[in-house]
Parts: sequence; structure tokens; C-alpha cells
Amino acid sequence: MRLRYRQQVTAAGVSVVALALTLGACSSSSSSSASGGSSASGGASSSSGGGSNLSGTLNGSGSTFQLTYQQEAIAAFKSVQPNLTVNYGGGGSGKGRTDLAAGTVNFAGSDSPIPAKEASGFQGKTILYFPVIVGPITMAYNLSGVSNLKLSPATIAGIFSGKIKTWNDPAIKADNSGVSLPSTAITLAVRSDSSGTTQNFTEFLVEATGSAWTLGSSSTIKWPSSARAASGNPGVAQVVKSTPGAIGYVDYSTAKASGLTFASVKNKDGSYIAPSPESATAAADAVAVKPDLTFAAVWQGGPNAYPITYQSWDLVNAKQPTAADAANLKAYLGYLLGDGQKLLPQIGLAPLPSSLDQKAVAQLDKITS
Amino acid sequence: MSTAAQADPAAPAGSASPLAHRRPLGDRIFQILAAAAGVLVLVILALIAISTSQQASSWFSTQGWKIFTVDWNPATNSFGALSFIYGTIITAAIAIILSVPISVAMALLLTEVVPRRWARPIVYVVDLLAVVPSVVWGLWGILVFAPWLFNIYTSIASGVKGIPVLDALFGQPVSGASFFTCGIILAFMITPIVTSLSREVFATVPAIDKEGAYALGATRLEMIRGTVWPHSQGGVVGAVLLGLGRAMGETIAAALVIGSSPVITSHLFAAGYDMPAVIANQFGEASGEFRAALIGLGVMLFVITIVINLIARGVVERSARRKRGA
Repeated sequence: MRLRYRQQVTAAGVSVVALALTLGACSSSSSSSASGGSSASGGASSSSGGGSNLSGTLNGSGSTFQLTYQQEAIAAFKSVQPNLTVNYGGGGSGKGRTDLAAGTVNFAGSDSPIPAKEASGFQGKTILYFPVIVGPITMAYNLSGVSNLKLSPATIAGIFSGKIKTWNDPAIKADNSGVSLPSTAITLAVRSDSSGTTQNFTEFLVEATGSAWTLGSSSTIKWPSSARAASGNPGVAQVVKSTPGAIGYVDYSTAKASGLTFASVKNKDGSYIAPSPESATAAADAVAVKPDLTFAAVWQGGPNAYPITYQSWDLVNAKQPTAADAANLKAYLGYLLGDGQKLLPQIGLAPLPSSLDQKAVAQLDKITS
Repeated sequence: MSTAAQADPAAPAGSASPLAHRRPLGDRIFQILAAAAGVLVLVILALIAISTSQQASSWFSTQGWKIFTVDWNPATNSFGALSFIYGTIITAAIAIILSVPISVAMALLLTEVVPRRWARPIVYVVDLLAVVPSVVWGLWGILVFAPWLFNIYTSIASGVKGIPVLDALFGQPVSGASFFTCGIILAFMITPIVTSLSREVFATVPAIDKEGAYALGATRLEMIRGTVWPHSQGGVVGAVLLGLGRAMGETIAAALVIGSSPVITSHLFAAGYDMPAVIANQFGEASGEFRAALIGLGVMLFVITIVINLIARGVVERSARRKRGA
């Protein structure tokens, strides 16, 4: 009973975040669901498995980064396969992978590949990775009078490890020559809940700055104690919005929906790039994809690549218990990789680059029963 | 022989033989159901303890005594629980210190001072506080209450700057989310429980005792000190401990207002963390030993609450015994 209470509580926490996410994305989702319906009806013929009439239920859980996309896609997919019910619950990438290992879901959303310490849960199974979305993480800040802030990875590492304490620090000045910066103290806005956003943001810092970043990379980081922690991307956005001098890492769609200002970040090629769906796709285009379709989109080369870009996969078992399950999964994943991708820019996420998308579509045939 | 034959007809109405043999069927079914329900609770508790400890075992075994360190850093695989234990105790203590005097005073007011027809609406309002969902407390706390408190914190902090002990306790506020904010929100949440339980206890004081005190010339205060308080001490302690249990286990409100910073500090206005909050916040992305550590925190919280309950029971029993002796 105690354990169940825990889960309920976690679920409650997650649903608060989800609610906040939905509220945050409200303005965009209301417009996109209408247009999503029309694009889906046009795509019924082209998406794989769209010809036959499927029925059944698919359950997925995990990544909250994917949640908005899954909700949009599920709504639009209704018109492609009205008898196939798809459910997606958030809960975090870790929960998704645990659920998939336990066999309680058909697919799991995860922002990172299965870590080595979880591999024992998947022994004897072949897990297929289907990349579905990429998206930028913004450096959102609140500094009146400064609209085009530029930050290099080393400066970001200095700010988030608490070494750079004011906005007129020489390191920030060096990134922004000619801009007059106030002496306002920097307030860090970070996540209180464990998150794939934190994981990928800190992976970027490790990749880009190496030993200059000392706090490591994980879904939960031991931030400097002066940092203001808040739950979910909308929570961090709220802190940034209400605190002069604040800077936080917020996913693009939330930052956009909250009307935040965000910095351009220096990429591997040395140019400062603003976060946008296009610059995220550019980053994913440059990525070296492994045969199992895992990759890390942070800190990729390319002149227009935004360096703090992250990705999310849907994980499925290659061997499905029944032919119907296999067909249903193929149809839904095919939709996510096909017409569903058109929904992405409206919700502040980036579609996959076509080369990667084609590889993922080709992998659909590996799902068998 | 003849005596036995005489005794037999008397037996059905008498009490010579064990009752169980001729209880009606309904009674026996009820007995079995009641016993099963009692045993079920124990079995469930035991199963929870076993399964959670099992899932947490890798934490206990790999970290050893390091589970009682301050360092909680999933990035380096160090999982020390001390800052969370500290936060749980501090926030619960703040909640109890703030809530108990108010609750007990309010209960006395309602039972001994205010006429019944005025007491009833007050009781309704206090009980209404208890039905506010904890997530609402948390959201109100972080969006409305904490920013408002932050101004007070900063002015208190500037007032006590340089004064030895006070500066250590009330200095350096970071934001509205802190141990103290969490303690206040928890106090709001447990006040209705402690109030209504205390009220029930005070209501059981026999009127004849109270009238006796008045007859001896006692004032109202003397009457309360002399008859009501000794009679209800144990019950009030029980009420307070129920409140304490709620305060220590409260999750979502604490997770929202505590500030989420795993540190041990004397600064009550600094951001902290407690055990339920860290479980709620970090469970979603946790895996492997991280997950085991979070479940282990649950086990620890379980043990701590059991210990507190046992202590409470001891206190209540001792006071009851002392009263009997007197």
C-alpha cells in the first residue's frame, strides 16, 4: 500500500508537470490540433500500415519531452486508424524503460539509450530504437535591456557551476563585445525533478567543455546551493520569468510559450546559433548515427547546428507476442516517423532530418511477431 | 450422575462452558472477518517492508555506512541520505512548533470557552482546511505564499545580520522556497487534524470533574490546568504525533515548496530537501542504484515513522499509568 501510495504520489507530481506542460503549450496545441487533423486525413494513404484497418490498444510511457508530441500524434492518428487506441503516459524516461523491461507497455519513450546498469532488465530481448523527435534546449534569461545575449559553452559551464556570479563578468563580456551588461547578480534556475533535459544539458557541458565542467552529467545534478529549483520546464520558465538576473535551461517549446528571451550559443564550428527547430534539425543532420540508431545530438558540428540539441526515442521489443501487436506498432511508429513529423514545428519541436527518418522507417521491418 | 444431568439443562443459559461452542453462525463469521482484516493489515505491512527493502538492498550493500553522509549526487553515484533526514526532521519540527500551540488553544477555546452554537461554525471552517488537497497547498505555497514570505525573510535576515545565533538561523534567504516555508505549509495542513482530535479528547473530560473544580473556587484557567489537561494529556500527545506523522510523510506540497537543495544548514530560510520530496521529484528518471537509493529512503522514512509511533505509544501509556497511580 505504501509503495502504491508512492507511485500515486509520483503520478500526481507527474500529472502536475504534465498539466503545466499542457497549459504551457496551450496556445500552440489548440491551433495545431485543428490543422493536425487535416494533415493526418491527407496522410492516411501514405503512412505505412495505413491501408489496412487495425484494431487494438497500444500503451506507452516514459519521456515527458515526447509527451506533447505523443498527445498531438495520438489525436491525429485517430483519423488514420480509428479502431486502434494509443495511450501514452509520461513519468520520465526511467519509468518508461522500467515499464518496457517489465512488459507493462508496448513502447517506451526515452531521451537516452538504455544505460549499462539497466541492461540486465533487457537480457535476451532485442530492443529497437526509433528516434522520433529532436529539440533545442534554450538558455533562457531575464535581463532587461539585453536582447541578443551570446554565450560560449565555457561561459555556460562557469555560470552553472556558480563560478560566474554577475552578468558583467569578464567571461560574459568576452562573448558579447560591444554590449553593455549590468552588474546584476546571476540567479540559476534549475530543475528540482530528475529530467532528460538536465541529462542532455549536462551531457552538452561535458562534451563541449570537458574538464571545465565538474558537476558531471546525470538526470539530477548537485547544483550550487544558491540555485532556485523548480519542477518541470514550465516551473523553470516561471522562475526565469519572475526573477531579474535569472538564467535557466528550458526546452524550446516551453521557452517560446512562456515568452522568454534566450541566448545564442557558440557551436562546434565557432558560430553563435539561436535555438530553433531548424537549427536543431541541422544539428541532428550532422550526427553520426550508430547502427542501432542511437546517437547524441548535443555538440555536433555543422555551421548552422545549435549545440544544445537533444533527442528522444521510442523503444520497442523487436519480437512482439502477437502479429496484431507487431502490425499495430508498425502502423503507429510509421505515423510518428511519417506524417506525424509535420506536427512538430507547430509545437516547438524539430522534425528528424530526412536521412535519419529514412533509416528509422527502414527499421520498422525488424518488428516481428 | 444426577448432578451432571441437572447441570446440563442449565448450561445453555449459563456460562459454565466456553462461549464459542454455541455462538450463532453470524457471530463466528464476524469474528473470522474481523481477525482476517486485522491479520491482513499486518501481512500487507510486512510485504511492503520486505519488497521495498529488497528493492533497496543494492543501495544498502554498495554504499554501506555512506548512506548516512550528506553527499547526494547521482552524477557521481553517491547517495547519502543525511540531508534528507535532516530536512524531514527540521520541517516536521517547525510544523509541530507552529501548529500545536494554536491547535490545542483552539480546541480548548471550542470546548471550554465558546458557547456551542458559536463553536460549530468555527469547527466547520477549521475542518475545511483539512479537505484542501495537498497539491493545492503546494501550488498556493510556491506561487503566492513563498514570494510574499521572501520579502519578510529578507527583512528579518537584514535585521539579524551579525547577531550570533539568530544570524545562523535566519540569515541568507535564497528564495521563498525553504525549510521554513515548508514548515509553515505543513503546519497549515496538520492544524485541523490536531485541533479536531484534541477537541474530541477534551470533550471526554467528565463534566462532574470540571464542576468539582469550579466548586472548589477554581478560575477557568485553574479548572483547565487542574482537570481538563491532566485528563487529556495522553490523548493530546497522540493527536500531536498523528500530526507529526502527516507532516513527515507529506510529499507533494513539500516537494513544491521546500526548494530542492540537498544540504544541511542551520539557515532555516535556505532551500532544503526532505525524504518524501526527493522521492517524488527524482523517481521518474531514476534507474539502477539511484532507484534503489530512492526506495531505500522510503524504507528509512517507514522505519522513522514506526519508531516515532512507538515512542508516542510509550509516552501515552506512561502518562496513563501515572494518572492511575495518582
